[in-house]
Amino acid sequence: MARTVGFFTDVSLCIGCKACEVACKEWNQLPDNPVQFRDSYDNTGQLDHRNFRHVRFLESATSNPDKPVAWTMMSDVCKHCANASCLEVCPTNAIIRTEFDTVFIQQDVCNGCRNCISACPYSVIGFDSQSGTAKKCTFCYDRLQNNMIPACAQACPTQSIKFGDLAEMRQVAADRVTALHSQGQTQARIYGDKEYGGLHAFFLLNDKPEAYGLPSTESAVLPSRNNAAGYLGVLVTAVVAAIGGLIAFRRRGEAGPERPPHATDEPGSRTVP
Amino acid sequence: MPGEHFTVAPHWEWWILGYFFLAGIAGGSYALGTMLRLVGDRRDQPAARVAFLIAFPVLVVCPILLTVDLGQPFRFWHMLIDSSSGVPVFKYWSPMSLGAWALTVFGIFAFVSFVEALVLDGRIRHPLGNRLARALSGIFGRLFLVVGTLLGLFVAGYTGVLLSVSNQPVWSDTWTLGGLFLVSGLSAATAVIGIWVWRRRDARVTTEKLSEADRYFVIIELVLLALFFITLGSVVSKILSGGWLLLWLLVLAGALVPLAVHFRPAWARQVPPLVPAVFALVGVLALRAVIIFSAQS
Repeated sequence: MARTVGFFTDVSLCIGCKACEVACKEWNQLPDNPVQFRDSYDNTGQLDHRNFRHVRFLESATSNPDKPVAWTMMSDVCKHCANASCLEVCPTNAIIRTEFDTVFIQQDVCNGCRNCISACPYSVIGFDSQSGTAKKCTFCYDRLQNNMIPACAQACPTQSIKFGDLAEMRQVAADRVTALHSQGQTQARIYGDKEYGGLHAFFLLNDKPEAYGLPSTESAVLPSRNNAAGYLGVLVTAVVAAIGGLIAFRRRGEAGPERPPHATDEPGSRTVP
Repeated sequence: MPGEHFTVAPHWEWWILGYFFLAGIAGGSYALGTMLRLVGDRRDQPAARVAFLIAFPVLVVCPILLTVDLGQPFRFWHMLIDSSSGVPVFKYWSPMSLGAWALTVFGIFAFVSFVEALVLDGRIRHPLGNRLARALSGIFGRLFLVVGTLLGLFVAGYTGVLLSVSNQPVWSDTWTLGGLFLVSGLSAATAVIGIWVWRRRDARVTTEKLSEADRYFVIIELVLLALFFITLGSVVSKILSGGWLLLWLLVLAGALVPLAVHFRPAWARQVPPLVPAVFALVGVLALRAVIIFSAQS
């Protein structure tokens, strides 16, 4: 493995300029978004096959009459989970872990079954009906292979998006939380240390994860958690149903002594009257 | 406990609904055919053959529906073979991977039993067919049917597990979908076999037994439906809102009308068997439709 890389996105530094979105779209040649009026500065809407970066504008009411609305901006992206739900369920091995420990969808292998979309707990993956495949952030795999940093991190003017070795990024994040706590911002926290084995794109949040549309640590669970219970349900049902069927179909002696079916149904002898 | 969901829908829609419906009928028919063959009496054998004659043609439609639903239909084989290395892909922890293999292997069993049923019915008169029927007449044949039945039941039920093994609301909040799809598939298969059996004089004698079996299947289905709603907890509102209630009424009618007729009250004696069968089929289709679509709405 070449190196384990990571994104550290510090929402306390994000100004919502969307330079990351533009850089991502340009480098990855992503199509335009359909024009929509969303009653918000967030005209991107969501992460999908057109948007590998999405600056969320989270509006909340305040008690200050002069500033009734508070904004929080957050540049969202695929989390490149250490234990990735999409990679787990992908039946074709189209989703792989790269030498940089990132999660990548091979476009020439994906057959568009969309199982990964149903599994991703961060609603990151979109289905591109033009290519017939699932798409998401590649972590600028092509740039990494050429020793370049991802386009979004390069474009970010406030250093809200930081890129580097994962261990180094975690240390930077921990230092930043300590600094914010010492300034009285006690709500500051890291999201992505524990979730899904550790996210390779993790965040410094100013509120609980749910406020940013992220599942809590308790809710961050893999799809395979339901395998055992689901199959057990099938097994028990099959056994009970089979007992019911066997009771219903049992021989009742009305046709005389039983003979093997083939003894009575000679091959070639049509029994339909 | 239902978790928080921040997912988007995979847009599994009409093709998948058709697949889930037909997979239940195919797997269920094969299982019922085996049960009739192994524990039924001599007069049930025409009905057993009917079950095998239904299972394979219905199963053939399934991969077609799945392939059409893919974004890249010509890459359907990527489900079975790793296109990079050329070796088989088998991920036992991914129900979709497991299901693709089960569908393929079950297809072989369903085909062989289909040909055997045609031979025994006198529709195929060929020495090879006769040889096949003889080969399947002993202990090997019974073993073959049992293995085929296990695969058929898996194909009928794994579709529910496939939905559960996700992070979608409703689907991933319950463990009951696999069992629910399995037993409703058996019920639908009973209905289809019942319709065909009623049209064949030599098989009509099995109608009563099919009716009794369906009674058990519907009762199991109702129990699982209750467990389904209980396990959903607060998420249940998502599937009970607006127009979904109409589909749930169809689900209930599809279970309760056949159940009432099977108990043969005085008013039901004149009801032709087609009526409860059609109710059952509509109810099973509605069950899959409401579970597939409401969770993605």
